[in-house]
Order: sequence, then C-alpha cells, then structure tokens
Amino acid sequence: MEKFTRLTAKACPLPQANLNTDQILPARFLKWPREKGLGSVLFQDLRVDADGKQDPDFPLNQTKWQGAQILVAGRNFGGGSSREAAVYAVYDYGFRCVIAPSFGDIFAQNSVKNGLLAAVVTDHDAAELAAAIAADPAREVTVDLAQQSIACGNRTYAFTIDPVSKNQLLNGWDDVDLTESYRAQIDSFRTADRERRPWAVIGPR
Amino acid sequence: MRQTPQTLFDKLWSSHQIAEREDGAALLFVDRHFVHEGSFHGFSQIKARGRKVAEPSLTYGVADHYVPTHHRDRPIANPEIAEMVRKLEQNTHDNGVTLFGLHDRRQGIVHVVGPEQGLTLPGLLIVCGDSHTSTHGAFGTYAFGIGASEVAHVLMTQTLWQKKPKRMRITVDGQTTAGIAAKDIALAIIAQIHADGAQGHAIEYAGSAIRALSMEGRLTLCNMSIEGGGRCGMVAPDETTFAYIKGRPYAPQDALFERAVEDWSRLPSDAEAEFDREVSLDAAAIAPIVTWGTTPDDALPIDASVPDPTRETDEARAAYIRDALDYMGVRPAMKLTDIAIDRVFIGSCTNARIEDLRAAAAVLAGRRSKVPGLVSPGSSLVKSQAEQEGLDRIFKDAGLEWVDSGCSMCVGINGDLVPDGERCASTTNRNFKGRQGRGARTHLMSPAMVAAAAVTGHLADVRPLLAGRKV
Repeated sequence: MEKFTRLTAKACPLPQANLNTDQILPARFLKWPREKGLGSVLFQDLRVDADGKQDPDFPLNQTKWQGAQILVAGRNFGGGSSREAAVYAVYDYGFRCVIAPSFGDIFAQNSVKNGLLAAVVTDHDAAELAAAIAADPAREVTVDLAQQSIACGNRTYAFTIDPVSKNQLLNGWDDVDLTESYRAQIDSFRTADRERRPWAVIGPR
Repeated sequence: MRQTPQTLFDKLWSSHQIAEREDGAALLFVDRHFVHEGSFHGFSQIKARGRKVAEPSLTYGVADHYVPTHHRDRPIANPEIAEMVRKLEQNTHDNGVTLFGLHDRRQGIVHVVGPEQGLTLPGLLIVCGDSHTSTHGAFGTYAFGIGASEVAHVLMTQTLWQKKPKRMRITVDGQTTAGIAAKDIALAIIAQIHADGAQGHAIEYAGSAIRALSMEGRLTLCNMSIEGGGRCGMVAPDETTFAYIKGRPYAPQDALFERAVEDWSRLPSDAEAEFDREVSLDAAAIAPIVTWGTTPDDALPIDASVPDPTRETDEARAAYIRDALDYMGVRPAMKLTDIAIDRVFIGSCTNARIEDLRAAAAVLAGRRSKVPGLVSPGSSLVKSQAEQEGLDRIFKDAGLEWVDSGCSMCVGINGDLVPDGERCASTTNRNFKGRQGRGARTHLMSPAMVAAAAVTGHLADVRPLLAGRKV
C-alpha cells in the first residue's frame, strides 16, 4: 500500500451531502476487475446522463478541476454499501485525499486500506474550503497527515482521523504482514477459545 | 473488587480480542465469514499473494447478489453474470469452502441463510463483504460489513484489525399498535437519528418493544442499522433467540446447546453498564412509515405530506429537498397517499422472510394488485415453506410474479431492474438514486405497506385494509 504523508495539489469541491457509494460507483460496474481501472466511471450517473451526454455543471466535467487530487465533499460521504470498488474509483480517478464533515464507516476503513486519506473537518470548515477553491480553482491545497492540517491560501484547518488509520497511512503498513507477526498469539487464542466456547465450533449438519 | 459493568457489545468485543496495539487497534478473531459473488476482489488479492483460505470450515459461500430469479433450469443468459456466479463456485471449490450455490436447496440471500442454517449464533463475530451483515446482530452477535481488503485479510488470517466503536443504545419502549412492523420501527429510528447518526457506534436495540419482536423482526431491525450509519446493531439474546436456534442444521445440539444457552444468557448488558449515547422512542407513537426522498432518513408517517422546500429555513436543506423531489418526481407538499406507483417489489435481506411474506399475503389475499411486481423470497427454503402455506397462490392470484431467491431488485445487478423513471414501492433498505436501476424511484416501507400500495395503486395506509382480517 502507498503511504500518505503530505500532499500539495489542486482540490475539487463537491459539497452535496450523502453522496453514497451507489452514487460514487453504480452497482453495474461492480463486475469490473480492478486491473481495468474504475476512475473512468467514478460518479458515472452524476457525470453523464442516460444518453451519454456529460453534465457541464458537474465539477469533474469542468476543465478547471482537471488534475485535482483532493476532493472536498459534504456530510456522510461514502455511506451505504461496503463496496471497496467505490474507493478504487475515487483513487483510480486520481484523488488521494477526500475532505468531508463525515464519512461512512466502511468507506473510511476501505480508504485506509488503499492509501486514500479520508480527512474529517467541521461542517463550517468544509463549506469554507469548498468556497475558497470554487473562487480560485487553480489554488493548491496542502494536506499534512502528521500535523493533521490543511493549508489553503492563508488559512489553516485542522482535521481529525483516528490514530489507527493515521498510523497505517503514514507507514503504508500491510495489514497481512503485520498480522502474521502475531501468529503465536492467534494460535494460543484459538486453543483457549475452543475450551471457553466449544459451541462456537461448527456443529453437525 | 466489583467488575465494571459491561454492555453486550463490550462482552462481544473482549471475548474476541487476540491482541491490542498501542494506537488502540485490536486484532479480533472471526468466527464466521460469509462470501458471495462480490467477494471476488478478496479472492483475487489472496491469489495474487499465492495464499489460500486459512479456515475453510469457518467460511461459507452463498450465491445471492448476481443469481437470476427466473429460469433457474436454464443456463444464465448474460455471460458477465454467469461469470460472476462461476467465479464464486471456482473460488470456494479451490479453497475447500462450502457453497450454498445456485442449485442448492439452501441457497438464498446470505443474511437469510446464515440464521436459517444455524450458522449465526449469539456471542459470535461474523463478517461478510456486505454492509447488511449487521442483520446477524439480531442474535446478540457482533456482525458487520467489510470491504474487499478486509475480506482478503480474513480469508488469509481468520482475524481482523478493528478500532473499538463507541456504544449507543436505542431503547424502544411500549407497545406498537396494530399494523406496525419491525420495518416501521427501523425507519422511525433512522428518521430520528438520521442516515449518519450512528457513525462510529455499535448499536444495541433495547426496550420492551424490541423484546416483543420475533427473531425475524429483530433481523429486519438490525439489518437497517447501516442505514442509520451504524456498522453493527444488536439485540441481546433471550428465550426467543434460543427457541429460534434450537435444532437448526449447523447449531450446537443436545448438551452443547445447553452449555451454549448458559453462556449466551450471560451476554445481555449488565444493569449498570454505561453507553456513550442513548436514544429513546415511544413504540405507541410509531405509525406506518414510507420514505419520500433519496436517503432512508427521508421517512414520514403515511398520513403526512412531502416536505415543501419553500418552508425550509436552512438553505442547504431546502436545496437537498428540491433535488430529492426532482429526482423522485414528487410535488412539494403533496400528500404521501397521493403518490401513484408503477410497480412493487417484495424481497431482500431486509424483508423477505416467511413472516414478511405472510404479512404481505394477509393484505393481498382475495385482492388484485393494480401494478406489476416481483416477489422474491429470502431463501429457497423460505420459498418452499411459502408454497406449502399457499402464499405463492395469493401473490400469483393478485397478479404478482413469484420468483426465485436472491438479492434481485434491491440492488439490480442480476438484471431485475426498475425501469428509468418508474416508481417502486419496495420492502428493501436503500432508496438511493439509481439503487434499483438508473433513474428508478424507490419508496421504502414494510411488506404489508407494499401490499397496500399494490392493491390501491398508490402509497397507502395498510391499517384500513387489514380490518376484519386475520394477521
């Protein structure tokens, strides 16, 4: 997994609340293998109408937001289904950080596993940031994970992230390798647990 | 020294904790892992590492998300869908994992099959790459949805790293009135706490109205936890739970069952246990509820009217309402009962168990549906039971299609879609834009309320339709 430490990039505002995973990646694209890349269908039904015509008002369709690596979103971003492919779509499109007042729990967890930073700011700060970048699309924003800060122009905003996710992103940890180093503890847990909860073992059919 | 009083969730958490890191992450043991067609990303990840499933006997495959609900006797017509079902067969076969596959008589929706087979038990930790895994919490189980990377981690290690969520108790006391279902309680809760209200929390549902629910009602309630933002929701196990489990195929038997009941009886929250957040509702005040907008917290009693954005003082809220009404094709301030529907769907992991089908059939018996619709039982066993009870005849006589079991029109990826612009009264869990198909307009409600919408052709209060009927 790629580390996340510090990022300076253009940011794109998408302030509507409750952009759930069905909006981020409609279910019909869930069959796609990861290798195909899911960036091309990110927010597909918001970007393109049923006849294939692009919505000129949707920020990702506008020239001024091309190349943005930071997304400034609204409340409850990524609520809904557990589809990790929603994170793949955001990441494959080129975003490395989403800033929002809150995230769906599973989406936030999936983000960490893929090196995407989900940074939580207050409603007020999210709105102010969105307004600042809307007024000046070329302005670069700097997100510093160790400092938990977002710098935009002469303003600096603090963001929150749980320490576990922060640790993993900063180190680019691979969960599986880490877990293997706990092998002895897992084995002794299992042995004790079989005594403690014999009924938890699968019964006869 | 007295021990600190613990909640049900505290007990579940500590009994699965293998280790804890300095940053607060705990390594938890996973008792059951369910996989479905959508889990292919997880299998691809373990294959790429040259690994196999660590504990095949604790892993169960169920074909549900992509399976056809029509013409099961023929090969799957759509090659991409056929490939999804085939991949699950291949991945489970290659790893020695039991599969309740397309032609297995136990096939069904994973969150119906687990409880039905006795794989879901109190005191377990259950995960699945599906956000509605919260359903299994009905047994006093720590159950939650995970993404593909976590699926891969569980497949390889039978463990998972988690940060302990906060504890939230939702107490519903009192007695619900006639015609009120678990779905109405769930929607009333979500309307009160909002779609992100329980983020970061493990929910425990408590109170006399919850205790009074059957296991199937509790499953519906816990299923919708994620629509209130909670990754898991649970009900303390009791006699209702134990009676449901007893004798199920994979459940512990005889002396082991007695031993299990003893252990499970110690799971409920201690009397003085503290919660980080408390919410309460009065069961008697809950009316039949329907959704009008594009998130599940857009839920109102059936006798209410759709919101009017011009009466909203908060500009962002007014903008949201305008957008939702525009998508839904509904006029501001119109009465909910004036909203005409195009079709109905009875199915999904939320509301397709036998009691759900009985509740819908009680309304439909001897009546005709004014719109077309699909009835997809929660599992193939539920389907057989419904047919033994003659429920299939009631649905068919009403003009609805009686089809095979799967996720079907709840998520539409098997091809069962609501056409663009059509309005569907649905027993499912998400009214998101495009959820049931591009441009589809979904109104969530209980099975009895969907039946009421079917026979009237518009959103309707089921209660008058139940007068004089045995429910």
